[in-house]
Amino acid sequence: MTDPASLSSEPLFGLPLPDLWFGLLFFIFALFLFLDGFDFGVGVLFATRDDEEERERLLAAIGPFWDGNEVWLVVFGGAMFAAFPAVYANLFSRHYLLMFAILGALILRGLAPEMYEQRHDEAWQRWWGRAFVAGSLTAPFFLGMFTANWLFGATTIVTLPGIVVGLTVVALTVVDGVAFLRLKTRGELRDDLEPDGYYALAAYLALVVVTLGAVYWTAPALRPDLLSVPIAALVAVTLALAGVYAAATRTDRYYVAFGAVAGLVFALVALVAGLLYPTIDPVAGLTVESAVVSTLPLNLMSIGAAVLLPLVFVYFAVLYSAFSGPIEAGESY
Amino acid sequence: MIDPVTGSRLQFALTTIVHIIFPVMSMGLAPFLVYFTWKDIRTGKPIYEQLRRFWTRIFAVSFVVGTVTGIVLEFEFGTNFAAFSTTAGELFGGPLALEGMMAFMLEATFLGIFVFGRDRVGNVLYMISAVAVGVGTWLSAVWILIANSWMQTPRGYELATENGQTIVHLVDPIAAYANPRFPWMFVHMQNAAVESVALFMAGLGAYFVFRHHVWGYPIEDVEFWEVTLKIGIVALLITAPLQVLHGDLYARHIFETQPQKFAAMEAVWETDAYVPEYIVAFPTSLQDLLDPRAKDIFGIGIPGGASWLASGGDPQATIQGLNEFEGPQPPVALVFWAFRLMVALGFWFVLLAVWGGYRWWRGELLEDDLLHKALMGSTLLGIVAVELGWIVTEVGRQPWVIQDVLRTSEGVSSGLSGTEATVTLVGFAVVYLGLLALYTYVVVRIVRAGPPDVASVTPTEGSDATAPEVSGDD
Repeated sequence: MTDPASLSSEPLFGLPLPDLWFGLLFFIFALFLFLDGFDFGVGVLFATRDDEEERERLLAAIGPFWDGNEVWLVVFGGAMFAAFPAVYANLFSRHYLLMFAILGALILRGLAPEMYEQRHDEAWQRWWGRAFVAGSLTAPFFLGMFTANWLFGATTIVTLPGIVVGLTVVALTVVDGVAFLRLKTRGELRDDLEPDGYYALAAYLALVVVTLGAVYWTAPALRPDLLSVPIAALVAVTLALAGVYAAATRTDRYYVAFGAVAGLVFALVALVAGLLYPTIDPVAGLTVESAVVSTLPLNLMSIGAAVLLPLVFVYFAVLYSAFSGPIEAGESY
Repeated sequence: MIDPVTGSRLQFALTTIVHIIFPVMSMGLAPFLVYFTWKDIRTGKPIYEQLRRFWTRIFAVSFVVGTVTGIVLEFEFGTNFAAFSTTAGELFGGPLALEGMMAFMLEATFLGIFVFGRDRVGNVLYMISAVAVGVGTWLSAVWILIANSWMQTPRGYELATENGQTIVHLVDPIAAYANPRFPWMFVHMQNAAVESVALFMAGLGAYFVFRHHVWGYPIEDVEFWEVTLKIGIVALLITAPLQVLHGDLYARHIFETQPQKFAAMEAVWETDAYVPEYIVAFPTSLQDLLDPRAKDIFGIGIPGGASWLASGGDPQATIQGLNEFEGPQPPVALVFWAFRLMVALGFWFVLLAVWGGYRWWRGELLEDDLLHKALMGSTLLGIVAVELGWIVTEVGRQPWVIQDVLRTSEGVSSGLSGTEATVTLVGFAVVYLGLLALYTYVVVRIVRAGPPDVASVTPTEGSDATAPEVSGDD
């Protein structure tokens, strides 16, 4: 960085930037899945609540957060476009209808709470409540399908691993939603949510096992990776974190449980990234090295990200501390 | 089935035309909300709290719809324009990524505090949130327009062919991103957004003032609407003349940098000097309706006007005609008419501003029912003018997606089938029509409900304009 002219010939500080951007991309994806994941989970749990006042509290819990959370998906897309444009182009156009299914689900999920609050007659709220649940359920499902199709190099939209991973992600977002709501609510509602967390966790673990089995049997190319030490370690970490989550939930240590969910999400995304690396798009035959942009734009983007991402974390810290603690009486969406 | 190229173009047109409405509302409202929040905190007058809370509701719903429709646009570069994304990603992806990190994150996080957090944070953090949201919406425009201006006047790149595909390599980031087109676009767009919201405010204000003062129908919060009307007129007096003056200079810049687009704007086919500026023009034969060649046009025009405008004062100046450019032409009629309508609206808004300002100065603002009607009819015309302006900008540079580098038809995803393109195009037509209907419905409900009742929020005892600031913090 001493000589500006070297920006176009050498990577910044001699860092392995393509690999770092591969890591950053999945880090952003994991952050999105963890943060917007609890919004999705709350949306799914919304279906289990009939009480008007409880439903209001669920919406109030995610109200100030969901928009910021969802922007991590925008940043994920932007980062992929900027660092690996060929992957962005190949992946998004190959899963054409699936991408629009994700977008449709996100539109429904984002719009529904806004609409729900507009009118207080029963039929209106029933239908927008259903739309909210439908969007919150299908968005993580399609995102899981997309991730599985990406990893396994599927060329069709509907694949068996896609469906299994889709369900896995849905289960994980419900675990996430429970952990979040137990931080944001008090009293009966918080107690009622406890068993939901266990069921969702059990479903998640079962689906992870099915997914790993599916990888083992259907993708022989990934078998050696699956049995490698880092991947085995991630599976072990997942099991350990599941134990932490269950124990913390039982003993009402809400922040520990929420932290354990974050760990679960990051372990899952790391698993996907680990199985994929050093390939980044199996169908197009692109690797991290072959798909990355040239040195100058990569250096510039690295400087941009190094300056801006810490700022973004400050914004999130301000937002989450302003709305820390439970929903107060009178707060609504 | 529509072919994938046409389908992708129509879909991108549809999704941008609908999306731009919401950023116009949020970017245009941003400076007003910063002002209302500041006055609310400083003076504690109920009118400012009413203004802040009322317009924040409209801002919030615009922002939500803008978010969900904006993600669609970002994804469409990958889904529908994969060849473009591969070719231009090195230059084009960066600004989009930075927009997300720098701008979108700022607005989306502080929006949570701004909309939901008045009772949870102190005055200082609340004011910071208002400014952060406002700055965030405008920074978004900076990065999006940097990306767009590069497509209009590309610089700072080299072309290479890799694996049979043309790739744009970034060689001079300053030339590429400090693009000469950017300041023109940014000033024109941001001023247009504020002007559109000024018209929206003036139109709504005029509606309720008209009902109350002219029809004699009692409106409870008429004072709120009178203030809204006046704020709208003040903002219009600032923005409307600026937009017209700036627009004239901007058109000259287009003449210099995108001659093909300029020729389409003026329907000039043969290179000529002393080109007239047609105010209205009609083809002499119906067959030429979509292809109004200048020689076949019956028009009322100012002799030498187009030459005079293009050159900045020389009626003899030569304008390059469309026939000099090889390959397909932009749809001339659409560009020609969109440009004329936009300019006409621009002048109409200046007239409205002067008219309103004059009546106000004479103390007749609340009585002039013709002015009220004119303002009511113009409530949404600012947004219409923005749409027309973007049609000139984007349709006018066809057939190019990157001027003189890549054709739009070459930018479409190669693997896309006609069926897929048709399915999503029809899907978007249905979903976005519903989205527009819902947005309109919600905004109408917010307007009908009127300004929030603030008397119940601030204690009346001993609290007047000079009362100490009421803080929501504990």
